[in-house]
Amino acid sequence: MNTLKWTYDVDGDDFTRAGEASSNVKKKLRALGVSPEVIRKVSIALYEGEINMVIHANGGKIDVEMTPEKIDMVLADTGKGIPDIEKAMQEGWSTAPDEVRSLGFGAGMGLPNMKKYSDEMRIESTVGVGTTVYMTVYVK
Amino acid sequence: MNVRDVMRILDAQLVCGEENLDTQVHEACGSDMMSDVLAFVKDQAVLLTGLVNIQVVRTADMMDMVCIVFVRGKEPDEDMIALAKRRGMVLLKTQHRMFTACGLLWENGLRGGGKADEHAQMDL
Repeated sequence: MNTLKWTYDVDGDDFTRAGEASSNVKKKLRALGVSPEVIRKVSIALYEGEINMVIHANGGKIDVEMTPEKIDMVLADTGKGIPDIEKAMQEGWSTAPDEVRSLGFGAGMGLPNMKKYSDEMRIESTVGVGTTVYMTVYVK
Repeated sequence: MNVRDVMRILDAQLVCGEENLDTQVHEACGSDMMSDVLAFVKDQAVLLTGLVNIQVVRTADMMDMVCIVFVRGKEPDEDMIALAKRRGMVLLKTQHRMFTACGLLWENGLRGGGKADEHAQMDL
């Protein structure tokens, strides 16, 4: 298998469409015969990231690259940035507005969940410029 | 038990997914907070929730769940039903409230995942 690449633009204005990219990746991985465990890790990590992009950053871009060894995901936005990444990584810490909570998200579990389901995760963020999250899941 | 049993126990109405009523289910999860649902992966096949928006169906889809039960008479909208149908998911609605609905299913043998601190090691 060669390297496969998929790119998605995430619309930041429409919460109802958040998750479409993750759902599409999930479908592709399933068609490729990737193991259910790996698919679940990738799709949950990606889904939380996609939701974050819509809630906090008015959308962004997702790049997924798959090789026989691993699946790399890069989620880049030009949102307001994260001033304190360590704090943002704590379970329960959230800056999401109340209306997001009423939609079932914004409980401060997004980033911790992304870390939990990816094998490697790195965040680069500059306040006022944007955030890029790099996640890798190894294909067993 | 299977999804048909869930429907009977909760005196629930079928919204969609009749063809999957015989699917076996062993564990369930009750929450209105989708990130909490996403936090604990086990063989949770049923999601009980009072939350009604498309992300509920997407969350269940990401978790490979087979059935969503909307408690206290909540009605899923057309977009949610359409997505659930595409994913072969059963949607049910019951007039029971969350606590009662979970209790009834537990009493009949359906179980939840372990405690939160037992999930320190990821258990897929």
